[in-house]
Amino acid sequence: MSHISPTIWQFLVKWLTNFALFPPEASKIAPQMDALFFFMVLVSMIGLTVVVLLVISFSILYSKKRHPVAVQIEGSTLLEATWTIIPLGLFLVMFVWGALIYFRVYTPPANSMNIYVVGKQWMWKAEHPGGQHEINALHIPTGQPIQLTLISQDVFHSFSIPAFRVKREAIPGRYTTVWFEATTPGTYHLFCTQYCGTEHSHMIGDVVVLTPEDFRKWLASSTSGNSLAQNGERLFASLSCAACHNARPDARGPNLANVYGAKLTLSSGQTITADEAYLRESILNPSQHITQGYAPIMPTYQGQVSEEGVIALIEYIKNLNSDYRIQQTLNTTDMLPGSEGKAPAAQAPASKGMVKP
Amino acid sequence: MSTNTIVSLPDQSTARIPKDNFITRENGLLSWLLTGDHKRIAILYLISITFFFFIGGALAGLIRLELLTPQADLMATDTYNKVFTMHGVIMIFFFLVPSVPATLGNFLIPMMIGAKDLALPKINLLSWYLYMAGGILAIYTMASGGVDTGWTFTTPLSTHYVNTNVLTTGLAVFVAGFSSIFTGLNFIVTIHKMRAPGMTWFRLPLFVWAHYAASILMVLGTPVLAIAIVLVALERTIGIGIFDPAKGGDPLLFQHLFWFYSHPAVYIMILPGMGVISEVISTFSRKRVFGYTAVAFSSVAIAVFGFFVWAHHMFIMGISNYAVLVFSLLTMLVAVPSAIKIFNWAFTLYKGSITFETPMLYAFGFMGLFTIGGMTGVFLGASGTDIHLTETYFIVAHFHFVMVGGMLMAFLSGIHFWWPKITGRMYPEKLSQLAALVTFIGFNLTFFPQFILGVLGMPRRYASYPPEFQILNVFSTAGATILGVGYMLPVLYLLWSLKYGEIAGNNPWQATGLEWQTQSPPITENFVVMPVMDHEAYDYEWLESQNQAQQQEEVPSAG
Repeated sequence: MSHISPTIWQFLVKWLTNFALFPPEASKIAPQMDALFFFMVLVSMIGLTVVVLLVISFSILYSKKRHPVAVQIEGSTLLEATWTIIPLGLFLVMFVWGALIYFRVYTPPANSMNIYVVGKQWMWKAEHPGGQHEINALHIPTGQPIQLTLISQDVFHSFSIPAFRVKREAIPGRYTTVWFEATTPGTYHLFCTQYCGTEHSHMIGDVVVLTPEDFRKWLASSTSGNSLAQNGERLFASLSCAACHNARPDARGPNLANVYGAKLTLSSGQTITADEAYLRESILNPSQHITQGYAPIMPTYQGQVSEEGVIALIEYIKNLNSDYRIQQTLNTTDMLPGSEGKAPAAQAPASKGMVKP
Repeated sequence: MSTNTIVSLPDQSTARIPKDNFITRENGLLSWLLTGDHKRIAILYLISITFFFFIGGALAGLIRLELLTPQADLMATDTYNKVFTMHGVIMIFFFLVPSVPATLGNFLIPMMIGAKDLALPKINLLSWYLYMAGGILAIYTMASGGVDTGWTFTTPLSTHYVNTNVLTTGLAVFVAGFSSIFTGLNFIVTIHKMRAPGMTWFRLPLFVWAHYAASILMVLGTPVLAIAIVLVALERTIGIGIFDPAKGGDPLLFQHLFWFYSHPAVYIMILPGMGVISEVISTFSRKRVFGYTAVAFSSVAIAVFGFFVWAHHMFIMGISNYAVLVFSLLTMLVAVPSAIKIFNWAFTLYKGSITFETPMLYAFGFMGLFTIGGMTGVFLGASGTDIHLTETYFIVAHFHFVMVGGMLMAFLSGIHFWWPKITGRMYPEKLSQLAALVTFIGFNLTFFPQFILGVLGMPRRYASYPPEFQILNVFSTAGATILGVGYMLPVLYLLWSLKYGEIAGNNPWQATGLEWQTQSPPITENFVVMPVMDHEAYDYEWLESQNQAQQQEEVPSAG
């Protein structure tokens, strides 16, 4: 040991103790994706072996020394058909298998918990429905499908969790979604994988997977007192939205109760479903989305409301039932253990199975 | 001469480089700068793309050096971003796209089809000037602060958020794009109209077929890139909302436009390389290319399908799931013609009489590395696995296997193969075989670890990275050093060979192409009398009978 340079020795130790060849599988989809991945690795290795064996064995058998005169051969339709159909068949298997996984990754189940994620140069901001707010981190429980609704405030970003095998671009001006269900508690890498400018390589964070119990503790310790919908309600009031959208018979704006998910007829005659994208557009570009029967008098809120603000408003509108004045009950309060104040104060829950050093 | 080589050189004591050839016909710098001769223009291109290759290569060296350690310690992240952007821009637009077509294609297509020149010699020269104008602009951009958008110019980053030289870089690419369009146009017209008597489509060397397919892509694809760049410039300068969602634009539109060119562009880059491999494998196994028509049509199939797969770069960008289905399926289909080519080349060896000169070694390297590069492309074309692998080092490794392992190997193979034709002299065989081996080892050490990094999730375009990725990055940087040596060697010994190489004679490889049936270096008109093609491509029996006839002619005259 003494005759090895200490720098090299340190490096070797670091390498041997800190060397990964394959990422951890920490979500439900990960083993499914890896199965396809290894199938492809297998097919590739067989394909490569066939090519290399052909080249090497022909090179030996028909080298000029052994085989001084070449035999001219035109070709073989049978062989052409073979190496067209077999690769094509294998590729089609990969296509179908891949598409099945793709549809699974981007089709969230109905019971998933929605977390909003806003990407901006150069940080990730996550908004939990209970009002918990994180930067460059995402705390989630195991065993619960989590849907992320992503949007970017500026340029393209991409939200990537290699241990979950999922990734989705956060795009300016439109919502994208992805979902996953974490299986193993631990801390995993969160990367921005779409090049986004100067500090792109610092737009990284941790995905902290907790047991449901630890997650409840975390929610309680991280709450700001207001849920996301309540934040939205405050914003709704401070922007005086209720001046028109007040559900009175003579209101100048349409009633927003139960509007989320409803089919609306626009003044252009077009019928649309009021989803997040539509609500966002109606706040930022209202004149493009006038509901039938109303005058185009709503001003644009572009530049006045941040993406987080829009998200809070949408979350509020989503939770609006028949009456505006009824205090919103939060669909996430059941995640909190008892009342807000009594939860253990800001104590970071112990995370098991740390993956990162 | 040993039996395991096909090289047949003239008697070195009496052989001379022919006095009248395209190099000696006229003298002076102006005779080069104003030439219409496709061979001289090819040499202008060869010098200029080599220059740009070494600039791009130096930038790659800086990238690898930065990534030696997990921290961004060699340079600031902004500098790193500029370095990888310029590496991409220079390597793609100023090396890979023109590499084989503008040098070997330019030099050889007229000779292979038995023509005096390309159909439009002045347009050909204009292409080179446009290329140089674009290249000088790119160098100017670098010198005046660089650009940090990535070579993909992603909007709205490029239109609103960076304050670097997006416009001049865009202009450089725009101008160089026209060079590419004109080259493609010239090749198409030439191949249609200038073929020698008897040179039917199915007697064309496969090199010509590959260039024909690539030319179609150049002519149809490049204008879309030009349009995309103009739109970026309009949005950046006068704020027209084309891609900016705040102004009603669509940021995904840019992705569609950009990849509508930039995916076919990878076939623009690889198809001419495939053409080289067909020629080399046939010559060094003394056999007609197995399944000539299948290989020819697979080039055309790649060109056609290549236009309909662009959205596989956008699988995770929130395009419709059903669009993803269609583009994933088409991507699988475009992989098939490449597989067909690989197997046909392998079977060309069957019952051949194989020798292992340098071009053949590079061709073998191409086959292995391109197979890996192509198969890993299927990992990315399958929509499910693409989610995990895209935007990571897996994709970096994939396209470097195709572009460097494939295209650059093919380029070096072709340069060595036609070097005796271009210069009249042989390169030093043993040294160049060593260089091919060094390149192969260096390449694999550089890029194979990047597949593992990608699977682990290491994102591309990161100046710093988590420490557990370091060891693989160290391997990669070590490999890049070896690769650098592998690329320096040919430059040195090829320059050496210009003066000291053995005299090659007309046809040192005993190859069948028309370009080999004339003197080396060729005269300006290529052929003394217009050749008539009375046999199929790769007809080694015809060559044999020609040689015998020549010997019989020589015997009486000697006696």
